[in-house]
Order: sequence, then structure tokens, then C-alpha cells
Amino acid sequence: MAGNIITGIAYVLGDKVDTDQIIPADRLTWDPSKPEERLKLGSYAFDGLPDEYKKVCPFIREDEREAIAQGKSKARYNIIIAGRNFGTGSSREHAANALGAAGIEVIVAKGYARIFFENCVATGEVIPATSMEYLADKFKTGDEVEVYVENGYIFNKTQKIKYEIEPLGYILPMVKAGGLFAFAREENLILPKGEGSNAMTIPGIGGSLFSLD
Amino acid sequence: MTGKTITEKIIDLHEPTKLSKGGLAVDVDVLLTHDVCGPPTIGYFKQEFGEKAIVFDREGVVIIPDHYIFTKDETAGRNVDVLRQFVKEQELPYFYDKGTKNYKGVCHVALPEEGHVGPGMMIIGTDSHTCTHGAFGSFAMGVGNTTAAYILGSGHIIMNIPESLKFNFDGFLPEYVSGKDVILRVIGDIGTDGADFKSMEFAGDAISALSLEERATICNMAIEAGGNGIIAPDEATRAYVERFGSAWLMKNSDRIEELFSLQSDDDAKYLKVLNYDAEKLEPMVALPHSPGNVKPVRECEGARMDSVYIGSCTGGKSEDFLMAAQILVNGGREVKVPLYIVPATNKVVHYIENKKIGDRTLKEIFENAGANMDSFYQPSCAACLGGPIDTYGRINNQPNHFRASTTNRNFPKRMGSGNIFLVSPMTAAATAMKGTLCDPRVYVR
Repeated sequence: MAGNIITGIAYVLGDKVDTDQIIPADRLTWDPSKPEERLKLGSYAFDGLPDEYKKVCPFIREDEREAIAQGKSKARYNIIIAGRNFGTGSSREHAANALGAAGIEVIVAKGYARIFFENCVATGEVIPATSMEYLADKFKTGDEVEVYVENGYIFNKTQKIKYEIEPLGYILPMVKAGGLFAFAREENLILPKGEGSNAMTIPGIGGSLFSLD
Repeated sequence: MTGKTITEKIIDLHEPTKLSKGGLAVDVDVLLTHDVCGPPTIGYFKQEFGEKAIVFDREGVVIIPDHYIFTKDETAGRNVDVLRQFVKEQELPYFYDKGTKNYKGVCHVALPEEGHVGPGMMIIGTDSHTCTHGAFGSFAMGVGNTTAAYILGSGHIIMNIPESLKFNFDGFLPEYVSGKDVILRVIGDIGTDGADFKSMEFAGDAISALSLEERATICNMAIEAGGNGIIAPDEATRAYVERFGSAWLMKNSDRIEELFSLQSDDDAKYLKVLNYDAEKLEPMVALPHSPGNVKPVRECEGARMDSVYIGSCTGGKSEDFLMAAQILVNGGREVKVPLYIVPATNKVVHYIENKKIGDRTLKEIFENAGANMDSFYQPSCAACLGGPIDTYGRINNQPNHFRASTTNRNFPKRMGSGNIFLVSPMTAAATAMKGTLCDPRVYVR
């Protein structure tokens, strides 16, 4: 978990920002398990937003793209503020990867679509925090923000107003562990990294590995 | 003690184990992946479990390339090579490779057609529309690549049991109303987050009367409301699986009766039950740019359309083309705007070539009506999700283009650019003949 307090600049979006808008389908040929292609995805984060929105308030400017793709810099924003049903649509984990690779550390939205939410947690790319009230119309892009993930609030330094965020609840252990694999290792569900899959430790049982000591 | 929903019963069948810090580990039967999400899934699998790790169950992994197939994009081609290499290393029996006799097309249509689906399974896929397979009485849902890689090596998924919503459809659907209209109506009613993290159970006489393909259309779009879809198995499910479900039948030979009799208990607990009078439903459309922006077609008639698209896992199945062709036959006219015909799989191609209405095949009906058949022998996801710039049917840089489509999503720029109106195959065919959005009931006899 990227520290208890995350400080930075907010990029504000509305409701139902789908994963096609976070990373459009013509970029999905890149394989995010390869570090250099994950960075390329990051350089096109939010490229699918409507043109009129991108024109007024681009997440990444054309002249910033190359440096982000090479891992030399990040986007100017590291915190997303959004409305309802953030990440709806396609299961493409490339969306969580693109945000992480672009430098986003935390999202504070009124709600999430399940798959995107789980992808943020499983990859450990971004913390998906949920605000108690609707913030998308209260925050402005460029606001300086502090997010106190475990203490459960967000402070808008620019406007000097504090809002509550929901406790991370059932995802907290996985967020703290740093992702699905690390969590599963803490729970002894799988072997240490690189030491083999479950079918190899208990031949013939396939997936049922709970007799693993 | 209260009863259980079919969703809870299926999870019970998969050795759910409580974890100390919350969540359940639940065994998985089938992991489905394709050419877009397969390569990163394989990449993470190797990084986490080791280069020499073997998959949880060779017969439980099904790989169906379908997204970026008929494109010259080199990275897309490389991704299929990654799948080939992995299939070879792991000796996987179920790989439907591009450019071979074995190629099928769209994974959610091919998975049941090729025998991998039956009731009572945990089917997890790296595609959000994996929820399609709930139509066969399974628990089916999409996940990301990391979760898929984890399943590939561990054989289980870490999850929570979703609560259920029930959608009851009494009576019977009018002829001019299809599964697509049913699910659009539901999404319009509950919103695109109305079933987030929930299981959507569809039931009632109108659902029982539907074919498995029509049920698949309904469950396919459950994710557009944030949920997964499920329909309890019945005689029709059994007939379909006994005909097509070879792999499922082989694997479950000792418990076929048990799995075909899976039902929710009468006293099962639902978060909410919504009742519909099926006879009062009508053709529906989702206006740009959200699948939840739903209205009756009759309220939007006359809206200009520049093209019509019939295809995808939602609306590119055999019966989708049968319904569309019937409307063309009844209308008896040529199309006024381009009508793109994109069969989902090779089996669908075969069906269109052989199924007749009167003395003409569906293929002849589409050709005579002037449909665009340039990609007829190239079943794939095609322009449903945009894809590489050379994808057939993609709307390239035409922000004012209006399209009626039988696909499942109309997000901004989903099909490349333009404005997408999600409709049933019948509405699509009627609209193609008229050039404006058209309620198909005028063409139903």
C-alpha cells in the first residue's frame, strides 16, 4: 500500500467513465505483463475520453506522451476524483495498468464496477477508495488533495474542505498485501513466487490445494 | 433455515473455503481466455508461478482467439503467437487457433457451441461478457488478467458470494420482442450499476419459452448492469447440452441428473424481486452513450441512421440472423443504408448458408436485400469494440455517424467513433430497410 497518506493533484471526472474511455480498444494489443508495454498503455491513459473533454482538459498532453511511455515521467495528476460506476464495461485490466503506469495512486469515486474495482486491488496498481458523498461536482481538476486512506477521509487543500471516505473493508487485507498474489501467499494458498503452481505440488488434484501446509 | 439461490448452490458445489482475512476460495471448472487478455494472463502466470509451472487442469483451460483476427496489426499477430507457444508448452487440448480449420470465432458463442458449457459450473473468463454462460445454468463471470493468471496456477478464485436479484417474466413475449429487448428493458430500469456485484436471476414462463441462444443474449448483457446473469437449467438446457455439450457431458457423467435439476429454493433470499408482464414488453433501444439510456423504439422512430451492424456475442448468433432475415423477408425491400453482416462463429456462417426461409437461404436473403457481406467468412468480434484501425465495420473518424447495432455497448467511441444505438436483430433489420430507427412490429405478421 502506497503509504497511508497520498498527496497530489486531482483529475476530476463524472459518472460512468467506462474502461473503453480509460484505455481504448485500439491500444489493447500491448501486453501489460511486459514492463515496456505497460508504460505505453500508461502514456495513453484516458485517451478514450470524449474529444470535447480532452480538448479542454487533457489527462496527458501529446507532448508529454513519449516521456511517460519511456518511464521518464508521470502524468501531472496522481489522484482521480470521479462519480458513480467508475470503470464500468470491459474487463480489460489494461485500464488499471494504464492508470498505475501513468502515476495514478488512488481513485476516490462514489462507486465502481466490480471487475475494474477488483483489478485495481488484484494488481496493486491503484487504490479504489469510495467517497461517502458525491465529490465529482465539488472538486476541480488541479485541486491539491490529501487522501488519508486508512483514516477514512480526503482533504481538499485548495478549497480547505474535508470529506469522509468509506473504510476499505473487505479489500483492505489485499490492498495492504499489495495485490492478489501477495495476499494469497500470506494465506498459504499458493507457493512462494516462481516455485510452481498448485497442480505441481499435489499431482492429480488440480486446483484443490488446501492441504498445502 | 432459509433456502438458497442457484448461485449459492453452484458455489457450494465448488468447495468454498473461508479465508482467515475474509473472502472465499472457490474452485473453478473452466478458465476462458482470448487473444487480447490471454498473453498478459500467461505472462503473469509465468512470472508468479515460474517458467515451468503447469496449469491447474489442462481440460479446464479454453483459449479462443476472436478479438483482433482479421487485421494486419503486427502486435495483434504476436499476441496469437504467445497463445500458440503456451498451448504447445502446456499441451492444452482446447485451442481454437486463428488461420486453422479449428478456428471458431467469438469466444462466448463458440464456448457452448463447442461443448464446454453445461449447468452447475464455475466458468471464469478474461472477458466481461463471460456472464453469457449463465444462460446454461452456470455461475459465469469475467475477471481481469491477474485474477485469471491466479486461477490458471491455483485452480480457484478468491471471491465473495454475490447477493441475487430476481427478474420474473410472466406470460409470453410478443413475436416482435426478443431477448435483446428484455435485457435492454431491465438495464434501463435498474441502471448500469443496478446489479453491481450481484447475480441477476431470470425466471418465469417467458424465459422458459426462450431458446438457449436467446437466453444467452439476456445473460450476456447482465454485465451492462454490473452483474452476472443466470437462468436455471430446464428441458431446453438439457436438449442443447445433450446435443452440443460433449466436453461437459464427459466431465460430469456421474452427476448429470444432479446438475440438470439445479434450481433456486422457493424460500431463497433475494435482495429484490422484479416482476414483468412479458406480453406488455416492446422493442427497446439504448441511445448513445450508455446501455442504460433505454427507451421504447417507437418513441425514437425516425432518427437518422447511417449504418446498421448485426454481429457480436450478443447479436451475431444463428437465431439473431434468422430473426433479422425474417424481417427482411416480411419487409420485402432492399436496405437503404449499409447493413454489415458479421457472423459470430463458423457454425453461424454455416447456419446462414443453409437455413432457409421459404426457398431462399438466409445468406441469399441478406444478399438480395443488399447487405454488406464482405466479411461474411471472417467471424470475429470485428468492430463491436472498435479494435485496430483496419477492422471491418469500424467507424473511423466520423463523429457524426449514427449506427443501429445488435452489439452490447455504446460507450463513446466504442466502435471507433460515432453514435451507437443498441437494438435487437429485428429492429436492426427494419431500420436498415428504412434508413431511420424503425420499430419492427410493422414487419411482423
